[in-house]
Amino acid sequence: MIAIQNYLVISALLFSIGLAVAVTKRNAILILMGIELMLNAVNLNMVAFSQYDPNRLQGQIFALFIMVIAAAEVTVALAIILKIYDYFKNLDLDEINSLKK
Amino acid sequence: MLMMQLAFFVFAAITVAGAFYLLFTKNVLYAAFSLLLTLLGIAGLFVFAGADFLAVSQIMIYVGGILILLIFGIMLTNNKNFQRTNLQPNKIEVENHNRFWAFLIAVLLFLGFLKIIFKANFHIIGKQTHIGSSIQQIGINLMTDYIFVFEVIGVFLLAALIGAVYIAKKEKV
Repeated sequence: MIAIQNYLVISALLFSIGLAVAVTKRNAILILMGIELMLNAVNLNMVAFSQYDPNRLQGQIFALFIMVIAAAEVTVALAIILKIYDYFKNLDLDEINSLKK
Repeated sequence: MLMMQLAFFVFAAITVAGAFYLLFTKNVLYAAFSLLLTLLGIAGLFVFAGADFLAVSQIMIYVGGILILLIFGIMLTNNKNFQRTNLQPNKIEVENHNRFWAFLIAVLLFLGFLKIIFKANFHIIGKQTHIGSSIQQIGINLMTDYIFVFEVIGVFLLAALIGAVYIAKKEKV
């Protein structure tokens, strides 16, 4: 079988890349993509540990709930992003700073 | 056995390559499609971990739902003047900011994770013996141990969908 360290290393790499995407990109939709990547990394960890627990499958069920939460999060976030675009005509997060002035 | 490991590393390479392309590309639409590649690769990795139901759910929810929503979001929020005047209307570019610190933090985080992973001594009780489908076990668990969470998450999803529609609707002026 495939050792669990393989899954964990891939998951750590995906989480780090997701963090870098969420911090560096300036478009709000790309930041959402980075958050999705981080959630997927966590899911991969859960599923990898769940294969040692074949009767209760707690990791897989937890991963299922994480997917539902991610779907709900992305729908609400996209609704807010559409509203922001209607108001500012722009999605560049460095320029949406009227609260700072 | 060797074929299985080979296939595993192919899926892992697809996943990681998609994620890196998402990090380094400037085109928003290419980023969305590289995210598609990453999500499909993760679905393949789920199959290797014995989670067939979750792999199908991953494809249906992420690729069929969330990614389509993100692409709709990209297309609804583009700049129409830019598109009319430009020769390549789908080339929506985005800049990066504070690259240096973000990359430094991400690399340090990854090295920290690696240190933890390889120093940890997993005393995992029992081998993974479960070959075959896990759908029945998930169904039984959802309807017995996790019935309350299941109902709560249904209500939560309904509330999120209604809230999203309410936020995004056009207001009458």
